[in-house]
Amino acid sequence: MVWRTFARALRHGPATLKPEAIDEDATQALADRLAAAAQARLGRSLSIRQVDAGSCNGCELEIQMLNSVVYDLERFGLRFVASPRHADVLMVTGPVTRNMHEALVRTWNATPDPKWVVAVGDCASDGGVFKGSYAISGGIDSAVPVDLTIRGCPPTPAQLLDGLRSLLEANARS
Amino acid sequence: MTGTAASALIRSAPAEPCVPWPRHLLLQDEWQRLAVALTGESTLALTMLWAGTTHVHALFHDQAGQTFLPASVAVADGKYPALSPSRPSAAWFERMIFDLWGHVATGARDERAWLDHGKWASHGPMAARPLPISGPSEPFEFLPSHGEDLHQIPVGPVHAGIIEPGHFRFTAQGETVVRLEIRLGYLHKGTLSLMRGKSARAAARFAARLSGDSTVAHSAAFARAAEAASGAQAPPRAEMLRAVMGELERIANHVGDIGAIANDAAFAFLLARLGWHRESLLRANAAAFGHRMLMDCVIPGGVSADLAPGGTEAIFHALALLEREMPSLIRIYDDYASLADRVVGTGTVSQSLVRRFAAGGFVGRAAGRDADLRRVPGYPPFDRYDVNVPVLPQGDVDARVRIRIAEIQESTALIRQMLTELPDGPLSVPLPMVSGEGFGWAEGFRGDIWHWLRLEGGSIAAVFMRDPSWLQWPLLEAAIKGNIVADFPLCNKSFNCSYSGVDL
Ligand code: SF4
Repeated sequence: MVWRTFARALRHGPATLKPEAIDEDATQALADRLAAAAQARLGRSLSIRQVDAGSCNGCELEIQMLNSVVYDLERFGLRFVASPRHADVLMVTGPVTRNMHEALVRTWNATPDPKWVVAVGDCASDGGVFKGSYAISGGIDSAVPVDLTIRGCPPTPAQLLDGLRSLLEANARS
Repeated sequence: MTGTAASALIRSAPAEPCVPWPRHLLLQDEWQRLAVALTGESTLALTMLWAGTTHVHALFHDQAGQTFLPASVAVADGKYPALSPSRPSAAWFERMIFDLWGHVATGARDERAWLDHGKWASHGPMAARPLPISGPSEPFEFLPSHGEDLHQIPVGPVHAGIIEPGHFRFTAQGETVVRLEIRLGYLHKGTLSLMRGKSARAAARFAARLSGDSTVAHSAAFARAAEAASGAQAPPRAEMLRAVMGELERIANHVGDIGAIANDAAFAFLLARLGWHRESLLRANAAAFGHRMLMDCVIPGGVSADLAPGGTEAIFHALALLEREMPSLIRIYDDYASLADRVVGTGTVSQSLVRRFAAGGFVGRAAGRDADLRRVPGYPPFDRYDVNVPVLPQGDVDARVRIRIAEIQESTALIRQMLTELPDGPLSVPLPMVSGEGFGWAEGFRGDIWHWLRLEGGSIAAVFMRDPSWLQWPLLEAAIKGNIVADFPLCNKSFNCSYSGVDL
């Protein structure tokens, strides 16, 4: 039963991860700046709609980790939503395949203004390894205007957090 | 009788060199007879069907003889006899072959487009001479359903979660699903055509990105195919490190998916705890091999990264933490009637259907199909280990979860054993720039992964990569039948087929 697990957790304390190079401190520092920027610019939460426009699913797996207890994106007022109509940010992965082009443009059109587009991953930046294929139109900017690119194959959750912060800071300055 | 058996037909045809199994070249009428004879030889499973510019190829698993049989037929007037009437699993492959190479499967069960959504600049982009587009393509027609009070629910391609795109067309009667048809191809990136003409090392980056969650397993299968084709042999240390990475990938995916399945039954606690463990495992990967998901760590000829100092300890530590908490998490899974109510008896696939489709991985093993490439045909270093493969008869969501729990335990034991017995020596060998043809395989977390390629002077002349999902997606269509629409996310997550992996 769940209470047994809770009781054990209380007795033994958290089973913390061994620290490594990119770690809680760095993540926390990022998180603090992110929280500050979110307040300054918007004074409210920011809703993100994720769209896979052609990814290999590697980027999705790391984006999903933002929702895990380790990163817990909602602490910062950032959350993933199910509909583009509820979104402020479209987080788009993959090169844009010709077969997804229309669906991506339609999703963008369904997102109310003001909106931001974050291109996630090397593929999203310029097509990545798939550059030159008959089946893709290019990076995300070949279909919709991009405000921020977070590179990496796939970017780590820490890099994703970093990117979301710079988006907010950049917009706060503009 | 044996004279007309399908496997005997293949064996009696002349063979071309291919490692490790020669590829038999059948004439069109022999292939036609093969298509008919398959009906009478249910132990001859279709593993994959693919094509090149002039031929169509099939790989069969002769389950009675515990061996594999590759067969080819030259395309005549752009046509070849279809296998789908006797092997329904051939249908998606035949549609893919037409869309990429333009070869027509005569007598096929389904002739509708698959990867080609009418958005490319030409038809048959992999064909020797692609055809220019002559006008707007015909709108896609879903299969009809007949009955009283039916309604359709279209879902996708863009889904509500952080997942891949695809279209699900449900036909429902009230709450009950009468038919589900899956339409994929949205993620088609032209991967196979990008690999042609490249060296095996350069093309490996595409194999690593066919389905990111199985990057190690696909890279390993591709590497073995390239090594088989060029007569190279990866050093023992590399073989062992590949296996360790492969088992780490299996555990990380199973851990994440079990949590997500529980979450789809409104049980977020397991997702929270297992998500934490997934992160801990990915950090151990990064500490040990320099990449959280181990992308590009396996290359043709060996591995690109050695185990970093402290890597073994990092892996052992993450595994120990998982092992310590698993019993209490399994108890929670067992103890809650509301959770059991959602997963037991939901999304059942029959054993006979699993056998007919020769579906691998936990989808097959949860419905009585005892198959694992680490055992048959086997590959190093697993030939030296006694791999325990869990099998259950029920075929429902619960059975698929339980298989995955058992696999986490088995992989943990394997990793411990392999890392303690890790041999010293070089990490890779250069591949000779020669011509040749070969198969490579690996048991990924989803199941059996197969790669085939032909090298000419060291560069890729033809290649195909078959994700296990090819034979599992169609079973999802069957599994949801008679279930309520609301149980679909649960069923879908318990299969967790790859979209990108089959979209190529
Ligand atoms: S950037 Fe890398 S991980 Fe992301 S979709 Fe592209 S290949 Fe996959």
